[in-house]
Amino acid sequence: MQRQRLASGGRLDRSKKIAFQFDGKRLTGYAGDTLASALLANGVRLVGRSFKYHRPRGLYAAGVEEPNALVELRKGAHKEPNTLATVAELFDGLVANSQNNWPSLRFDLMGVSNRLSPLLSVGFYYKTFMWPRSWWLRYESLIRKAAGMGAASSEPDPDSYEHAHDFCDVLVVGAGPAGIAAAVAAVEAGARTILVEQDFAAGGSLLAAAPTLDGDAADDWLRERLSYLDRHEAARVMLRTTAFGCYDHNVVGLIERVSDHVTKPPAYRPRQRLWTVRAEHLIVAAGSFERPFVFANNDLPGVMLASAAKTYCRRFAVRPGGKAVVFTNNDSAYAVIDDLLSAGVRVEAVVDTRSVIDARRVSAASRHGTEILNGFAVTEAGGKRHLKRVTVHPFDGRGIVGHGASRTVDCDLLLMSAGWSPTLHLHSQTGAKPVYEAAIAGFAPGESAANHHVVGAAAGLWGFEAVIESGRLAGRSAATGRQCDIPGRALRNAINVEPLWEVPSPKSGSVKKFVDLQNDVTASDIRQAEGEGYGFAEHLKRYTALAMGTDQGKLSAVNGMALMAAARRVAISDVGTTTFRPPFTPVAVGALAGRVRGKHYRPARVTPMHCWHESNGARLMQTGAWLRPRCYLRNGESEEAAYRREAAAVRSKVGLVDISSLGKIDVQGPDAGEFLDRVYVNKWRTFRVNRAKYGVMLRDDGIVLDD
Amino acid sequence: MVRIKCPFCGERDYSEFKYYGDASKVRPDFENESIDDWCRHVFVRDNPMGWHVEYWHHVHGCRAWLRVERHTVTHRIATVDLVRGEPKQRETSPSTALWTRAKAR
Repeated sequence: MQRQRLASGGRLDRSKKIAFQFDGKRLTGYAGDTLASALLANGVRLVGRSFKYHRPRGLYAAGVEEPNALVELRKGAHKEPNTLATVAELFDGLVANSQNNWPSLRFDLMGVSNRLSPLLSVGFYYKTFMWPRSWWLRYESLIRKAAGMGAASSEPDPDSYEHAHDFCDVLVVGAGPAGIAAAVAAVEAGARTILVEQDFAAGGSLLAAAPTLDGDAADDWLRERLSYLDRHEAARVMLRTTAFGCYDHNVVGLIERVSDHVTKPPAYRPRQRLWTVRAEHLIVAAGSFERPFVFANNDLPGVMLASAAKTYCRRFAVRPGGKAVVFTNNDSAYAVIDDLLSAGVRVEAVVDTRSVIDARRVSAASRHGTEILNGFAVTEAGGKRHLKRVTVHPFDGRGIVGHGASRTVDCDLLLMSAGWSPTLHLHSQTGAKPVYEAAIAGFAPGESAANHHVVGAAAGLWGFEAVIESGRLAGRSAATGRQCDIPGRALRNAINVEPLWEVPSPKSGSVKKFVDLQNDVTASDIRQAEGEGYGFAEHLKRYTALAMGTDQGKLSAVNGMALMAAARRVAISDVGTTTFRPPFTPVAVGALAGRVRGKHYRPARVTPMHCWHESNGARLMQTGAWLRPRCYLRNGESEEAAYRREAAAVRSKVGLVDISSLGKIDVQGPDAGEFLDRVYVNKWRTFRVNRAKYGVMLRDDGIVLDD
Repeated sequence: MVRIKCPFCGERDYSEFKYYGDASKVRPDFENESIDDWCRHVFVRDNPMGWHVEYWHHVHGCRAWLRVERHTVTHRIATVDLVRGEPKQRETSPSTALWTRAKAR
């Protein structure tokens, strides 16, 4: 019974009901669901326990930026730990289990580590567990058992993976409005174009668009463009394909998930395909991630991003909660109120940190009985295993004012929108360091190479028109090779964001304000790192483990850098970002290996005498690719005895060794001896015919090169 | 990921080639007995963050020896020539200057 599923709406195929399991419970969903949306539809709000403190966690986002919903997918040899429930496509017979808890998700005994948090602060393994020294190995085995998230299967991977190569004129990463516009423009201008999208449906932010007048137009726009790309020969759209890395000269690595969503794939079909695509032009339309706020207990289940709630309501027809509060510092979150109301969620209040907001928004919201609290900030989320209430305090843009005027609002859903961070990873992997732009209160892409374009929200732009225009221009420019100056290069504060990197605490005392939810890094951890001298961005990352989880800091890196900047009292641009490295999302090792495993890892080369070796009891060894005999065993003797017999035969009679695996070089000519003298240590010039000698050759630095 | 334009075979992926290092070294004369000269030739390198001339051997192709000018940061290839004659060693090599100064101390 999907009690949180809306009766109608959503981009689902309700005719295809899907049965799946989570933690042993049998649940149902529809085709078009992700595991996360199906869980939410069934009222499952606890999806995992956090890495260090084992705090209860729920869904935070709806896409690849999710830090909490890491589950073990499938069983047995196919088991894949640390899979994001928000990305896993639901299929019939899917079996998923939560991770990092014992004995159960609801009653996790390791939750005691939450109370031991003073001992487990940043860098604790250099400070605690140091005494007595002899006990270190005992501590180490305990820490090792407690560390890590999911458990991998210890059986060999039974799936097959393929490697493929391709080249194209234009490669567009991301099938959102900007990416689709770019691909269409490129194809129209005659370029061979590949459009890749990691989701199983193309559309990006349009998939969660409301079916209002604007929304309807957007839906038609999407359908028209996708069918155009479908029909056109020069265009290829690859869904379920992640562009995980961008390498030199526009070589892009893609992972195509061929059978991950199929219950029983045909025997010959690979599970995943690794593509190496060499593109003349690369257009990155990867969108942007909404930023969360940093305040006390901001990790409670029920606290999530506003855009995630929008996606769950509109795309998956799921009610994410019953009573919602929206916490924002910009205009974009107000659009979510309509989505929530249409899903039957009561919107209790909008807490806006800005003291002055658009009067139209106030009237629109209050029409539905929503209270607008402008000049307020949520300082604490309350509840044990789930959000029950939030505490708000008056806020003047810098600090808490009037402690007495605080209020508590009962709710089970808190939606945050602290701004938007462009998804810069792919673009920055080639070394273009992002630049902090105060206009968008975020990092914008740095200087790119000539054949590299960043468009849409990934470039810091906002609004449907602006985004598709930038995509269209870049697509045409890439296809024709003519530089079109993309207008509006100067970014504007389209959503009136007033950045708030950390909500101040009204009371002193230990509260946990999470910055990185996946690795349990709090705001005080960052300040502690700065105090201990780890103020440099790269040091901060490695000392606190901020942004080092499988989510690679998609929701935490910008907040973390801003907090470090505040602690050091410098500008955010002085702290900068850490180096971006592939992969963007985790890649299965099997996909990287492809067919090169087992017997195919290395060809076996055998000498012409190989059969003779085998029939004479040879124990073979691998030297490079060659199979050569280590020794010949006779009459059940040991290797030791065989060696002794061999040595005795050579000294008293004759020994024969098969070295036909070695290379042979024929040196001819009157200066052959002189030539060899220059290469070898020994003298060859006076060497006589019909003799054999052993020689040693050295490198220029005196190391033996060969013998 | 780098693509090198072999004069005989055309543009090929870097995996067809084998890298053989700095191409601006001039080997001292065979008769040269000076340890200093040989040490400088074998051990002293510039390691520039910029243009670098190097040898690439087209082992999985025509097996020609190529002298390639590559930018060590962007990996752009500027020129590709067949190896002919003596390499042109730079008169003022920063590492050689450092070496000479260190020896003089």
